[in-house]
Amino acid sequence: MNKNVTNAIALTLLWVSAITTVAVLGTVILYVVYNGIGELSPAFIFTWPEGVAAEGGIWPTIVSTMYVTALAMVIVTPIAILAAVYLAEYAVQGRLVGTIRFAADSLASVPSIVMGLFGLALFVEAAGIGFSMLSAALALSFLMLPIVMRTTEEAIRAVPKYIRWGSYGLGATKWQTVSRIVLPAAMPRIITGIILATGRAVGETAVVIYTMGQAINLPVTPLDSGRPMTVHLYLLAMEGINLPAAYGTALLLMILILAFNLGARYFLRRNRKV
Amino acid sequence: MPPTPVPPAAESRGLQLVSRSTYLKELALKNLFLVCACVAVAGVALIFAFVGLRGWPIFATVGPWSFLTGTEWNPTGAEYGILPLIYGSVVVMLGALVIGTPLAVGTAIFLSEIATPRVRSIVRPAVELLAGIPSVIYGFFGLIILRPIVANFTDGLGFGAVTAWFILAIMIVPTIAAISEDALRSIPPGIREASYAMGATTWQTIYKVLVPAAKIGIIDAIILGMGRAIGETMAVLMVVGNAPVFPESISEPIATLTTQIVMDMPYAAGDHRTALFGMAIILFLVSMGLVALVRLISRFQTAMESGR
Amino acid sequence: MSLRTSPVPADAPNKIAVKGLEFYYGDFHALTDITVDIKEKAVTAFIGPSGCGKSTFLRCFNRMNDLIPGTRAEGLIALDGQHIYEAGVDPVDLRRRIGMIFQQPNPFPMSIYDNVAFGPRLQGVKRKAELDEIVQTSLERANLWKETKDILGRNGLALSGGQQQRLCIARVLAVEPEVMLMDEPCSAIDPTSVQKIEDLMAELKDRITIVIVTHNMQQAARVSDFTAFFLQEVAGEPAVLVEYDRTSNLFTSPKDRRTEDYITGRFG
Repeated sequence: MNKNVTNAIALTLLWVSAITTVAVLGTVILYVVYNGIGELSPAFIFTWPEGVAAEGGIWPTIVSTMYVTALAMVIVTPIAILAAVYLAEYAVQGRLVGTIRFAADSLASVPSIVMGLFGLALFVEAAGIGFSMLSAALALSFLMLPIVMRTTEEAIRAVPKYIRWGSYGLGATKWQTVSRIVLPAAMPRIITGIILATGRAVGETAVVIYTMGQAINLPVTPLDSGRPMTVHLYLLAMEGINLPAAYGTALLLMILILAFNLGARYFLRRNRKV
Repeated sequence: MPPTPVPPAAESRGLQLVSRSTYLKELALKNLFLVCACVAVAGVALIFAFVGLRGWPIFATVGPWSFLTGTEWNPTGAEYGILPLIYGSVVVMLGALVIGTPLAVGTAIFLSEIATPRVRSIVRPAVELLAGIPSVIYGFFGLIILRPIVANFTDGLGFGAVTAWFILAIMIVPTIAAISEDALRSIPPGIREASYAMGATTWQTIYKVLVPAAKIGIIDAIILGMGRAIGETMAVLMVVGNAPVFPESISEPIATLTTQIVMDMPYAAGDHRTALFGMAIILFLVSMGLVALVRLISRFQTAMESGR
Repeated sequence: MSLRTSPVPADAPNKIAVKGLEFYYGDFHALTDITVDIKEKAVTAFIGPSGCGKSTFLRCFNRMNDLIPGTRAEGLIALDGQHIYEAGVDPVDLRRRIGMIFQQPNPFPMSIYDNVAFGPRLQGVKRKAELDEIVQTSLERANLWKETKDILGRNGLALSGGQQQRLCIARVLAVEPEVMLMDEPCSAIDPTSVQKIEDLMAELKDRITIVIVTHNMQQAARVSDFTAFFLQEVAGEPAVLVEYDRTSNLFTSPKDRRTEDYITGRFG
């Protein structure tokens, strides 16, 4: 076959694969929006589900999702940032660093249901915390840890060397250089990473299903149980009893995820310094 | 001009020694950071310890061999053979890879070699967003939209491996595409120019020069996509039909390791529960093994390159 | 030659004395047997082809090389008679006394004011009035005050390349160093700004000792009182100090054949 013909066919196929990818995304989003938009109303968002068919709203599940996500973020952020500071600024290549990186990569690839069972075994049962926001947040934070660690480390490494030299050259100690120069310069990208990891946590189901519990409840303290939006959607969809509410939940979930993703993008574009 | 002996300075103060408090503070901070970094290691160890502790007895009571190769999963009859579940996981994973890899690698090549910056600025965020969509939404989509379509083409209800293939294929696209694209973009531009200068078409350059050069990265991407496919839980759960048996056709209900854990967990007790944790250990070992494989490949590649 | 100010007297005291310095990057022996005296309140230039180790040598003076793992210095470098590599000496304190300007202007991504106030704040200066005064004086000494006094809150990265470099000089001056090391400070900025920085050096040397690395021989001839010529003769072998003399002597009547070849442009 003529090489130009082959070329044209191949390039067309590459276009097709890219268009397919975008089209799939568009289809999923449109599907959820199309079916869910009619369900969205203040009443749906702010009232409780009632009866066997979960009629009414989904307010407690929204609160549960927000609660557990915020808690996980608060737990994971300081640890992940300081861990990344160690890897990017202090660590000398060696066996220890190799082990830490391998462990982080492994954590990042743990199937979410395994993380869920781990949370159940350690936090819910062994530690005696029970089905609760805290148990679920702790399990989620192990899921978020490698993501935040990696984006933070990349952000720190992207700060030019000569800016560090300027600081050291003025007689700053290592910690002064890191805390006053490097971290502030890397902060927009670090925050972006945290937002994206938090978005992952919002959409997580298998980790929380056996750590937070499934009963509908409005959590007040971290030791309260609850049912997150994802689990609510799963149960509604599988039982098939109240599809409209499932669509509404899916749409709200999608809006949250989009807000996190687009928000992270927007934030980074506005604040990129270095 | 001959160097003169070192004269003592008149007015200037002497150099300070490292102050003990500064030294201790810096040391303490460094160790604090190290401890934080080791949380990741502790996490892996804790998963091993706590999932392992719960799951280990099943290997003793049932025996590792009959656990792994037993063909009957029937907890009420105290039969804990997970081969049908392993089979289900592998079938679902392989099908998803077959569909998803060309799509993902094609998208990666498109992004790195063909797309104009403008097109790229649309496609790339779209790929990233695909990764952000919760798996339960994919599952919901698969259950309501894709399943009836599949049911039309096959004679079943649409619950089975085929539906899972398509859903999972979409879900692994972002993983494979992102890593492949990185690999392609890290090829020095001079290599492309050299190929074009010899009269190669874009496709010839891609096929004969760039893909071979990015081969290792693309293989890594596929391995990690494999890990995602095996570990994926909710989306698969909602479309495979959840029957822990060897199906007679690809459109009949099956179950995977992950889905069976979710299905059985609410009521499992005793050996049954132990067996579920045992399955979690296996999943964990497989996912770690795939990560280790990727690292091994990259170490091998570094050794090859430095050996040349 | 450097005749904007009167010549430095021959008996001027030594600010930094180096004896038999050897420097290693891991297994690579970068510098060997360097012996040189840096005169106080004078400008000393290090010249030589690129890769000859002159920047490496400069970075020994404030122990910036400590930041690169695997580096090692042997021999003596004394600041006012005190060995700076002696066990226990705090490199952080050393760097407060020996400031450094880099090839790439490197303002911090913060306001002009905060850039200049960074050093004093490290040393615990907190009072606004005191900081204001330091910032103004330092910017004035760096000939940048007029241009920036109304935009102190603006990000330092918004300045032009030459202004950025003078901001970095102001930042160093704010910690009142005794020595200022300049590592090819003019190679990344435009010619007009180069002129300003050279004028600045002539003004500053009344109060501080300046050591400048430059690949530009004309610049060395214009700004320096003393010049040292470094050369790595064989690739892979350590570099040596070929000749060190008053700038006027070195450029008009070099004693070493290799120096003559270099300054007449036969290589490098």
